[in-house]
Amino acid sequence: MSRLYGPLDDVAGDAGHVEHPPRVGFFTDTSVCIGCKACEVACKEWNAVPSRNENDGAGLDLLGMSFDNTGMLGADSWRHVAFVEQPRRTGHQEPGFAGLPTGPSGIPETAGAVEPRLQEAPRGGSELGTNPLPTGAPEPQELRPTENLGMPGFSRPGDLTGAESRTDFRWLMASDVCKHCTHAGCLDVCPTGALFRTEFGTVVVQQDICNGCGYCVSGCPYGVIDRRQHDGRANKCTLCYDRLGDGLEPACAKACPTDSIQFGELDELRERADRRLAQLHDLGVSEARLYGRDPDDGVGGDGAFFLLLDEPEVYGLPPDPHVPTRDAPAMWKRAGQAAAAFLLAGLAAFVAGGRR
Amino acid sequence: MGSNMAEAHPVGFQWVMEAKGRGARVIHIDPRFTRTSAVADTYVPIRAGSDIAFLGGVIRYVLDNDLDFREYVAAYTNGSFLVREDFADTEDLDGLFSGYDPGTGTYERDSWLYEGTEPSGDDDGARAKTLSEPFQAGASGAGVGGADRAERDPTLQHPRCVFQILKRHFARYTPEMVERVCGTPREQFLDVCRAWTDHSNRDRTTALVYSVGWTQHSVGAQYIRAGAILQLLLGNIGRPGGGVFALRGHASIQGSTDIPTLFNLLPGYLAMPSVEHTDLDTWLADQRTGGHKGYGYDVDAYMVSLLKEYFGDAATPENDFGFDWLPRISGDHGTYRTVMDMIDGKVSGYFVLGQNPAVGSAHGKLQRLGMANLDWLVVRDLNEIETATFWRDSPEIETGEIVPERCRTEVFLMPAASHVEKEGTFTQTQRMLQWRTKAVEPSGDRRSELWFAYHLGRLVRARLAGSTQERDQPMLNLAWDYATEGEGEWVEPSADDVLRRINGHDLTTGELLPDYLGLKADGSTSCGCWIYSGVYAEGVNQAARRKPHTEQGPYDAEWGWTWPSNRRVLYNRASADPEGRPWSERKKLVWWDADERAWTGHDIPDFPRTTPPGHQPPDGATGPEALSGDDAFIMQPDGKAWLFAPHGLLDGPLPTHYEPHESPVRNPLYRQQGNPTRKVYGRPDNPSNPAPPESGSDVFPYVLTAARLTEHHTAGGMSRQLPYLSELQPALFVEVSPELARERGLTHLGDAHVVTSRAAVQARVVVTDRLAPLRVDGRVVHQVWLPYHFGHTGLVSGDVVNDLFGVVEDSNVFIQESKVATCDVRPGPRPRGPALRALLDEVRAAAGITVATGTRIATAHDVRHTEETS
Repeated sequence: MSRLYGPLDDVAGDAGHVEHPPRVGFFTDTSVCIGCKACEVACKEWNAVPSRNENDGAGLDLLGMSFDNTGMLGADSWRHVAFVEQPRRTGHQEPGFAGLPTGPSGIPETAGAVEPRLQEAPRGGSELGTNPLPTGAPEPQELRPTENLGMPGFSRPGDLTGAESRTDFRWLMASDVCKHCTHAGCLDVCPTGALFRTEFGTVVVQQDICNGCGYCVSGCPYGVIDRRQHDGRANKCTLCYDRLGDGLEPACAKACPTDSIQFGELDELRERADRRLAQLHDLGVSEARLYGRDPDDGVGGDGAFFLLLDEPEVYGLPPDPHVPTRDAPAMWKRAGQAAAAFLLAGLAAFVAGGRR
Repeated sequence: MGSNMAEAHPVGFQWVMEAKGRGARVIHIDPRFTRTSAVADTYVPIRAGSDIAFLGGVIRYVLDNDLDFREYVAAYTNGSFLVREDFADTEDLDGLFSGYDPGTGTYERDSWLYEGTEPSGDDDGARAKTLSEPFQAGASGAGVGGADRAERDPTLQHPRCVFQILKRHFARYTPEMVERVCGTPREQFLDVCRAWTDHSNRDRTTALVYSVGWTQHSVGAQYIRAGAILQLLLGNIGRPGGGVFALRGHASIQGSTDIPTLFNLLPGYLAMPSVEHTDLDTWLADQRTGGHKGYGYDVDAYMVSLLKEYFGDAATPENDFGFDWLPRISGDHGTYRTVMDMIDGKVSGYFVLGQNPAVGSAHGKLQRLGMANLDWLVVRDLNEIETATFWRDSPEIETGEIVPERCRTEVFLMPAASHVEKEGTFTQTQRMLQWRTKAVEPSGDRRSELWFAYHLGRLVRARLAGSTQERDQPMLNLAWDYATEGEGEWVEPSADDVLRRINGHDLTTGELLPDYLGLKADGSTSCGCWIYSGVYAEGVNQAARRKPHTEQGPYDAEWGWTWPSNRRVLYNRASADPEGRPWSERKKLVWWDADERAWTGHDIPDFPRTTPPGHQPPDGATGPEALSGDDAFIMQPDGKAWLFAPHGLLDGPLPTHYEPHESPVRNPLYRQQGNPTRKVYGRPDNPSNPAPPESGSDVFPYVLTAARLTEHHTAGGMSRQLPYLSELQPALFVEVSPELARERGLTHLGDAHVVTSRAAVQARVVVTDRLAPLRVDGRVVHQVWLPYHFGHTGLVSGDVVNDLFGVVEDSNVFIQESKVATCDVRPGPRPRGPALRALLDEVRAAAGITVATGTRIATAHDVRHTEETS
């Protein structure tokens, strides 16, 4: 039986593929992303993903989240570029605002203006995506005195109180996508077989089989997979399964002008990412980290992993994702214990009754 | 500087990111923190319209600290040339150079010449200003009579040598002054100075990138001059990793100036004849001057070959090769002047191809009112753009200024084939031609521009057939015999044949020419554009070459084709020292091979191949034979790069900081406020916001600038119609700093309207830390920014941002100042219909605006000036 969590060397073989090609994936280096959104457009063009309004543009509106008007990954957006404005610095980058006649940052006000709109917006299957769940205890205030993550729904009123003028600033951009997990929650819970593991080790959903039950939506620890509104079927990135079959790289990677999105064999991408991380650390970008690179994480490592310049929550990514099936043995165990207890109780009742 | 490369040129920006990955430091100097700033090492804020002060400050830093590349400067620039004794600088005349005439708003420029050269004695700056004459000297520097006799001081010490003039001119551009003018804190400015100079020497080079953030100013040509001067002082021209990169505004805009759609140029930057040029000789005499060096001298061969290409066998030595059949210009026929002439009823028809002036040109309302007063208008575009629909849905319908039932213009909208539906070349910013094949057949009635021009010419010629009228002879004598593809009347002309004819032929053998050196002035060669000659060398479409970089050397000579003669780096003779040795091993590009007695290297040498480094030309030589071994700048009439422009520019031999036409502050450097030669049009339909020393500027207290988003394409004709792009940026917005939002009561995502004396534009408010107020000359100055992509058609729509700008132009090249103006920002939606006109009347009255506002361009004098519009 397949393993339900932890490292897995041969993910396609584990799914029953024999003599399959090496596992492929994405390494998205957000440190060179210029936020052009070519990935979003190329993805939609190639995969015929609908725009939010094909006909008259009605309903399109500014989200107010910096230059992000996509909002989140969903059935109609398989790539999503996040834009994060923050009163912080990256490494030795000189943001240029020191010495100017500035007042306090405007980020709390903009986040406050955006938040109510987001809650009204139709949501996908999860509150993850652009709307990360707060985690753990806040870091010591003296280290990050003016931190505001700049993300809608995550503002912490009071972060900036007392700051007379703003000096530090950075603008982070990152293209998010389905992670093609080693242990894919969506795949594990799909009752119809619409979701399957390809020979490339990626996870693909077949709309002609999907019955729209939506289990996958709650099964995804990243809030990626989503049902399309008009037919209820699940949709997400296929890592351009059709292109892979023809020996082509996925459309988003092909379109990315700065090679922020790199496609390749996962093993090689991991080595490349390790080198890039070391380079950035040498350059003093100490906050740089890899996300989804570790095969020991809660999903057994991601097929699409990232180099981030801050904590994952900043980009709207969950800090410690884990596949729901990881807990299945424990859950079954508890369920078994409960059933046994009920059985015992029932027996006890009979026994007790018999004594009467 | 003046470029948001990551957003406006994302594909080219991959090379910046690659250089950064290899250790290059990227500095972005811009009014706002953009997506370029986000990935730069350093962002430096600057007030829009103050770049010359910044660059002048860097120049002063270089000269004051002896950080210039002295051997380079002495050998390859005109730093050693002496300037005439009667030259007076802006430092002497409070912002004006010698020779200013306040009546015409131009200079008599003879006093700017080199000592020992020949003054014309009748320099007519006013005339030159109507023809955009400086632009016509595009391919070669402006003529300087007897430049070979100019006096020089190789030690650069003579008080009247260019190098010393430069030192005096920029002496007051101190870090403190830069801070006062630009609002850039001096520490940040000094950091840029150190970075630039630390990385400019024998082993290091620095590249400078600019875009339309530099050109679209009333003193734009001098912005680029300032950048060029700095790069020359630091030895960063003609060397690998150096250069001044002019990023163009669209795909193949470079191509459309090389083979121009400009009123005053012929292909290859040859000057369009004017009415004074009665024959070829008088035209030639104007292009050449005594002692003229270099390849600019061979202009006769380029022109005659062009005429042979235009008129074929009809062009003979007896009829001056048909020179008389070329149009003549008689004054300013530029785009903005033409639009004013439309309003004034002097223009009857207009072709608009691949352009959307109702949205994309400055003062959109002026454009629309002009187009509403024509007999006919032909619009060729992919979509039904605002320029085709203005008569029924422009903002002027709401205000009653255009009435559809009474609009007399008949509009012909013709569907155009897109770039994937036709073949041809793109010329990109590196001067590289790249051939495109047709991916799909055009759908429906869509056809290429080539098809349109070919059949238009064919049909006009058929109408005129048999005419003996002199005016019809140019059309009838055209060699309109291009190869075609397909059958029937509406065949597609062959783009391949056009490219062959651009390359040119030896008419005695019928062979394609190898390069422009093969062109002759006797009518035995034809060539459609001399700088493109060689693109079809050896019968091979060189622009279609696609050898991967993995299979060739570092300069990828077999990818596409770069004019001239496939050179990748212009003026690369300067990559070697005067003796012909590379300045360093690390930066070697071309060098003199003493054994072969020829120039060689990684790139094609941009110098006569066998002229040795120490060569001294014989007396009386002209053209390429007159070049000395160290005349690296082979197109200049004196063989030297110009730190100081003794002729050619209309607004001064050196860049000088002038305030924009509309500015909230008084020029801190001179009594002269703005460019004293800028073209202003005092018309009721083109009002200006007042600028100091005029009163009323406080009505428009903020600096306004506009630019692009990655998600949309220029005037939106190719993006607002597309769902995938429209949803990425679905609405017009105005970016303001948190400080300005508090000052004006603007809320994030709320409505606001931006107001100038021309228009009020409604936009959603985006409050962002990416904009910050600056302290300029002791006061806080706020800048606001809008993207200019929106109009009234398409899936997403919005007010036309270019309506906010007026028409005021650089005097050299007639570029409009659409990167900076002044404005007010008010919360809430703008008034509509008659109430909008009332608002504009109200702000004009409050600011005291009349037709005279902004026309006293010589603020050191008190003379009103305006361009004639009749």
